[in-house]
Amino acid sequence: MELFWYIVLMTMLAIYVILDGYDFGAGIIHLFFAKTEKDKKAITNAIGPFWDANEVWLIAAGGVLFFAFPTLYASSFSGFYLPLIMILWLLIFRAIGLELRGQVHNRMWEAIWDKAFGISSLLLALFFGVALGNVVRGVNLGNVVNGVSTHEAHFFFLPLWNPTFSPHAEELGIIDWFTLLLGIIGVVSLAIHGANWIIFKTNSDLNEKLKKVVFSLNIVLLILVIVSISIWHIIDPNPFHNFMVHPWLWIFPSITIVGLFGLFKVKSFKKHGIGFLFSSLFLFGGLTTTVASIFPKVLPSTNSINPDLTLYNVAAHEYGLSIGIYWFVIAVILVAVYMFIQYKVFSGKMDDVGYGEH
Amino acid sequence: MEDMLFYDRMQFAFTITFHYLFPQLTMGLSLLVVYFKGRYLYSNLEKYNDAAKFWMKIFALNFAMGVVTGIPMEFQFGTNWAKFSELTGGIIGQTLAMEGMFSFFLESSFLGLFIFGEKLLGHKLHFVTGFLVFLGSWASGYLIIATHSWMQYPVGYEVLENGKFVLNNFGALFSNPWLLPSYLHNQLASIITASFVVAGIGAFYILNNKHSEFGKLFLKTGVVFGLVSSILVAFPTGDLVAKNVVKHQPVTFAAMEGIFETEDGGSEIVLIGQPNMLEQKLDNKIAVPNILSFLTYQDWNAEIKGLNEFDKSTHPTNVPGLYYAYHIMVGLGTIFIGLMLLAAVQLYRKKLYKTKWILWSLLFMIPFPYIANTTGWYTAELGRQPWLVYNLLRTTEGASPTVSAGNTLFTLLGFIGLYLLLGLLFLMLAGKIINKGPQQLNTH
Repeated sequence: MELFWYIVLMTMLAIYVILDGYDFGAGIIHLFFAKTEKDKKAITNAIGPFWDANEVWLIAAGGVLFFAFPTLYASSFSGFYLPLIMILWLLIFRAIGLELRGQVHNRMWEAIWDKAFGISSLLLALFFGVALGNVVRGVNLGNVVNGVSTHEAHFFFLPLWNPTFSPHAEELGIIDWFTLLLGIIGVVSLAIHGANWIIFKTNSDLNEKLKKVVFSLNIVLLILVIVSISIWHIIDPNPFHNFMVHPWLWIFPSITIVGLFGLFKVKSFKKHGIGFLFSSLFLFGGLTTTVASIFPKVLPSTNSINPDLTLYNVAAHEYGLSIGIYWFVIAVILVAVYMFIQYKVFSGKMDDVGYGEH
Repeated sequence: MEDMLFYDRMQFAFTITFHYLFPQLTMGLSLLVVYFKGRYLYSNLEKYNDAAKFWMKIFALNFAMGVVTGIPMEFQFGTNWAKFSELTGGIIGQTLAMEGMFSFFLESSFLGLFIFGEKLLGHKLHFVTGFLVFLGSWASGYLIIATHSWMQYPVGYEVLENGKFVLNNFGALFSNPWLLPSYLHNQLASIITASFVVAGIGAFYILNNKHSEFGKLFLKTGVVFGLVSSILVAFPTGDLVAKNVVKHQPVTFAAMEGIFETEDGGSEIVLIGQPNMLEQKLDNKIAVPNILSFLTYQDWNAEIKGLNEFDKSTHPTNVPGLYYAYHIMVGLGTIFIGLMLLAAVQLYRKKLYKTKWILWSLLFMIPFPYIANTTGWYTAELGRQPWLVYNLLRTTEGASPTVSAGNTLFTLLGFIGLYLLLGLLFLMLAGKIINKGPQQLNTH
């Protein structure tokens, strides 16, 4: 039962990353590559009707986390207090940037909200990468000081950083060089993903340039991925253990590789959606490979006193989890219907949707 | 420890108060939008379609505000109330997760279709998408009140040895006797907010001699919906909610009504007076004898227990706050009925559009349903103190153990600053839409 909800939660998170990922990516592209008013319009049209429905996946995944794994929800949300609240602020800034820009026709007004939208998109991509890095690296559960827990075994608190920025420091921080590396991978991969979405959903003049951008960024991404894999053993001495025991898990890294290398052919794709498909595969594969490598841990402990949090010791009680399946299945069918209708009506290019014009 | 709890409570109170300014309008307004669109389908008069589209603009703005201020609510259970989340997540996580899955997807998917899809869908399907947005927003309210009701009157649970609350009866969450009266009371209050906004904007257009055709339509619709909902919110729903409080939280009821000591031969109803906590009495009160006993038990002489009969450790922690919140809500509710009744009489006599003082009153009344809704929620939440889960889990036991007061104060200040900006931008944009009026929307 715990396993079922674990798979549900991971699937929802992956969907969230793929969907809101293209929103953040489009924001990053907007920040660096959209020069003309037409380019900007194309980008906001491409994400306008979708972004708030995409963010619902975050709320829904948060709800499932709360309901199925209350201990993990309580532990991680209070332990990562500061970055989570900052993510909330960034989400708010991003949304108002996107929604308010078109409300007043004034160059300074537009410039302010363009930057708010772009910069918060960039920081969100960075923070989500950093968050994944923290989950892999683990935290000081129970806030152990000098061999003694100062809190209950599953609670902790991390400051934003420590002076050494080392993932091995006595006192850990949320941002260290390892989590920052994952954050940068997050920014680069979502920028690629966002560019692919824009190519997919618009006929913008920007698209030819974006194909070149995707190609170059993909080289950067490949290098970053190789670097991170080669140093991964520093934070997890045996990262391939699960893959050796359960060889079928190799499917996840394989998906990542297909996505990553497929993107190098971006210039020759006939259909505009193919690039988006490959970057989605990369994101899905990258996320699942990472969580599979620490399975069944969901938040490792960096001290030897308090045990890791695993999906089994953080889950809710049996009855609630079983009864939840009934309503969840009904809800998933409904959500699939809504999404089908929504993407059917807004299928094809979005250039004429007139988003943000009031 | 004290500081930490104080800032945790302040942050939740501040963010939820600000957040609920938006859903309280959208839930009621979605009903009115569906009404306007329905009238258009029935009559084929273009003005109804324009009205629906105009209010959908206001709805969309409020909805966006509701979404961006709503995500912090879900996060804060974990960030600031980790112990509470850990202990009760198996139960309240159930209804909150259902809210995400059943209502947010419904609302957000079809709102996009309603706003952008009129030409693509045709009017009948456009009506259906509007109806689904309405359904989603009301489902959201239902699941939130189900969560709220469990905290007020826990059912279908057992407590394990480690202190965790686990669900043992899913159906009980929805047959909770606290749920239905509270839900209807809350939804009617939401319709009141929407009606006063619609009527108030209508009055504004007439007084301003701009868009007066729409002004008349909005005024008429707002007054009819406003009168019906103002009456129903007091009776029967408000009455039923109060009876739940008397029955299950008598100490809360005593504090709400300002009854410090049990009175022999029936309790008076207090209209005005300030709680004096030092001497445990009301200063300069104006009260009518025996009315409260009658309203509560339909018996002029029934005994209502005062605060003195209950253990101090179970008294609500902020008796004056609770007393004022409740009295402000009830006082405003009475004024709403009175004003809407007068407006309805003038409407019936076909004199409303010329009765300036009523138009001005309706215009200036716009903020007050927001205040009434907010103080109504304060009554419920302050009334539940000192408990998070009534009689079972104290508020002092629910906060995040590892988040320091300094960190919470920092984020609280951040939220105050950010929401101040949001509020200003909201007012500016809403003003812009209202000033432009319904007709111009088409020519654009």
